[in-house]
Amino acid sequence: MNKHLNHVQGEPVGSAVPLSRRHFLIGTAAAGLVLGYAASSDLLGLDQAVAAPAKFDPSVWYSIGEDGLVTVTVGKADMGQHIASTMAQMIAEELGSKWSDMRIALATNDPKYNDPTLGAQITGGSWSTMMNFDAMCRAGAAGRIALIDAAAAMMNVPAAELTVRDSVITHAKSKTSKTFAEIVKGGKITKTFTPDDLKAIKLKTPDQYTMIGVSVPQLDIPFKVNGTAKYGIDTFLPGMVYGKLVLPPVRYGATVKSVDDSAAKKVPGFIKAVTLDDKTMTTTGWVVAVADTYQHARQAAEALKVTWDHGPNAKVSSESLLAEAKRLQKLDDSGLFFVKTGDTASGLASAAKVLEAEYTTNINIHVPMEPMNATAHLDGDIWHIYSGNQFPTRSGAIAAGAAGVDPKHVVLHQTWLGGGFGRRLDGDMMVPAVQAAKAVGKPVKVIYSREDDATMDFSRPLTYQKMKGGLDQSGKLVALNHDVVSAWPTARWGIPEFLSPSVDKKGALDAFTVNGSDFFYSVPNHNVRAILNEMAQKATPSGQLRSVAPGWTFWAVESIVDELAHAAGKDPAQFRIAMLDGAGDNDGGAQRLRNTLLAAMGLAGYGSLKLAKGEGMGVACVSSQERKTASWTACVAHVAVAPSGEVKVKKLTVATDVGTAVNPDGIRAQVEGGAMWGLSLALYEKATMKDGGIEQTNFDTYTPLRMSQMPEVAVNIIANGEHATGVGEPTVTVVAPAIANAIFNAVGARVRSLPITAEAVKAAMKA
Amino acid sequence: MPNLIINGRNMSVDAADDTPLLWVIREQLQMTGTKFGCGAGLCGACTVHVNGEAVRSCQTAVSEAVGKQITTIEGLSAKGDHPLQKAWIAEQVPQCGYCQSGQIMQAASLLSKNSSPTKEEVVAHMDGNLCRCMTYARIQRAVLRAAAEMRTASTGNDRRNT
Repeated sequence: MNKHLNHVQGEPVGSAVPLSRRHFLIGTAAAGLVLGYAASSDLLGLDQAVAAPAKFDPSVWYSIGEDGLVTVTVGKADMGQHIASTMAQMIAEELGSKWSDMRIALATNDPKYNDPTLGAQITGGSWSTMMNFDAMCRAGAAGRIALIDAAAAMMNVPAAELTVRDSVITHAKSKTSKTFAEIVKGGKITKTFTPDDLKAIKLKTPDQYTMIGVSVPQLDIPFKVNGTAKYGIDTFLPGMVYGKLVLPPVRYGATVKSVDDSAAKKVPGFIKAVTLDDKTMTTTGWVVAVADTYQHARQAAEALKVTWDHGPNAKVSSESLLAEAKRLQKLDDSGLFFVKTGDTASGLASAAKVLEAEYTTNINIHVPMEPMNATAHLDGDIWHIYSGNQFPTRSGAIAAGAAGVDPKHVVLHQTWLGGGFGRRLDGDMMVPAVQAAKAVGKPVKVIYSREDDATMDFSRPLTYQKMKGGLDQSGKLVALNHDVVSAWPTARWGIPEFLSPSVDKKGALDAFTVNGSDFFYSVPNHNVRAILNEMAQKATPSGQLRSVAPGWTFWAVESIVDELAHAAGKDPAQFRIAMLDGAGDNDGGAQRLRNTLLAAMGLAGYGSLKLAKGEGMGVACVSSQERKTASWTACVAHVAVAPSGEVKVKKLTVATDVGTAVNPDGIRAQVEGGAMWGLSLALYEKATMKDGGIEQTNFDTYTPLRMSQMPEVAVNIIANGEHATGVGEPTVTVVAPAIANAIFNAVGARVRSLPITAEAVKAAMKA
Repeated sequence: MPNLIINGRNMSVDAADDTPLLWVIREQLQMTGTKFGCGAGLCGACTVHVNGEAVRSCQTAVSEAVGKQITTIEGLSAKGDHPLQKAWIAEQVPQCGYCQSGQIMQAASLLSKNSSPTKEEVVAHMDGNLCRCMTYARIQRAVLRAAAEMRTASTGNDRRNT
């Protein structure tokens, strides 16, 4: 995590009062008991507060109804990682509520629901559990304390003699008890915790956990098997009409020259063609065909004749992006230093053996199963927008920019996300929905076609990395130069707090393009340069794809380390273990990573199983996502390579140290999915740019992994009592290098570009 | 104005003959359990049953479905307790969940004809359904679990007797 994230306020969506100045209030309201933060420091009595509801506006993190049901309001985007359920589980642990009493409500973009650590509403980085664990546990504990106090008064017994379990407070001595529902109905709870009071609450120790560490059923799953879960695309508003995009052939930089709607006017139900005027510059050259039904909007979009000036990026291709990256890397003054340890120049000069290699990754697109969509409705002077989004703080501001209003006039209603993977960190869908609704004076639902979604993705950028490593006489890695050239997705957001100063303070860099390169191996001389590919920045423009930088940095690091091990004549796993010595700043992390690697090796039978000819095992280990937020993850890939170069992944064995496992089965699900993502990116997913546009438009040409391509997967979750870390992304990053290293061990072919193709393997076999 | 029989109910819809069944079901009838994923028959998110066969509703013109029995996820079982739905919960299959209506409808058409599929038959039948969260391992397990439960139920064997 960038330490700056502690101060991120995002775009100005009203003023959020820092948590440190807010008080946790518990009081009875019409709906039952509400528990949350409020800015009031003069502290109205809560009975007064309820009498004057306008003044009592806490950020309600959860409430308990008179029926005893506990509703948790979640300010996080739930895109399948079940974070809403996990938040409820952390609260339930300390509150003492029964799991079947827990319910979920999704927040709006109101700053009072901001992440307590990040100070904004953003879901990404595998941060949510780690950054909310303490706050949710304390909120749960505060509720328990208040309920116990009330129960003690009602039962006329000392609070210290009461115990809580499954939403019931029991006095063992007198064999009497009160349910949460009965206590809430009593209506007498009023309690305030200052930030210091909250901090002073003694939380449970892991040996006292009854919920954390239990694979309770995820609360969102029942609605997802009977068709009732509501996603953004399932929004309906009275009087709503539909919008279908008409898009330029280039990804970014086009302008509309003319719109001829004469044929569209013959389509029944056609209302209007709206040319976007996007001052936020999120979109360029987009037109929306608006009609009474989506079918008519689609037909009208087909019938519209739009001409464009294709703009400055009309000649950009994947080839030109790569050529530009190589040009930039060769310049001595390119980029900014993310890591600068020791003296790599003299380290390489005095090395006994020097190895140079370049690693590339192609463009990748998110294509979540729910195509982008948004429904916008102006009610009075408030814009209501319905769309599942990972960054409501920023996307609300984009909607406001599109509407030409202050961001506090935008209410973004969160829904379940039909996949996120970083795609829904962006707010482009807000713009056509808002501007079409404004133009026709009615609520408009804009649904991207799959083609719109694929070609206008904020893609994982094409990356080019140059590595140069030096071994000493004993075969020890003594110097490593690492240059990373890419677009800078996070810099595109225009939020300075998300950038990091270079180590020599010469400028601000996008650490979300180099995270992971600051690994836990002890290498005395180590440089990493982050180099912005401006051409890619303008033409693609890029976004954050599940696992972000570690998806490419570890591809390069874990490949070159393997190449260096072979050059040194050492076993690649033992070579890594020797470098994970925990010296200096690497203390702690290095040992955890080493242990995780050993666990994966043991589970896979690395070095002990006898493999057939053409088969091999390869290892990789990573500290994704960021150095400060790592889940320690290792993979052993077992592959079989045919003489044609075709790679069959027979088995992936993954071990991951998550410290504390809140919901072990949920973690397993993320690791299983993450491993398949890693495999899909390693072998099956490739997007290309030609003439400034993304060439792949649907699942016939952009081909994520299908069921028949799935190998055997073995997952081991290590929970050793350290604090909880995130699991949505890390496994994605470890798979591709493990596969490439396995291919080398199988047939001696080194591949350095993702995705790995049979042609590349065959060519490397001959070389 | 075509008349459709969806989940056993007669419904009259205002749509041209060539309108994809998907958009009629989702946006006009507001039965949103059926999902739009690709519009090209490549992902299976829009799978429904027409006369018991799994079809891609994005590739089915509304006119082709007139007079036939259409079943959507909402009509698969009265109380959401089809053996597949129960197995999906038992195996905790869904992540984002968006593709899962289509997955379940696709699987249901297999189990209605083959109550004892092999793993290979499950893969062959399900391979056209994309899951971007890549929950495939759990989908596979859930289909086999549901098949086992359906066999047990149909032979009247109570688990307590085995």
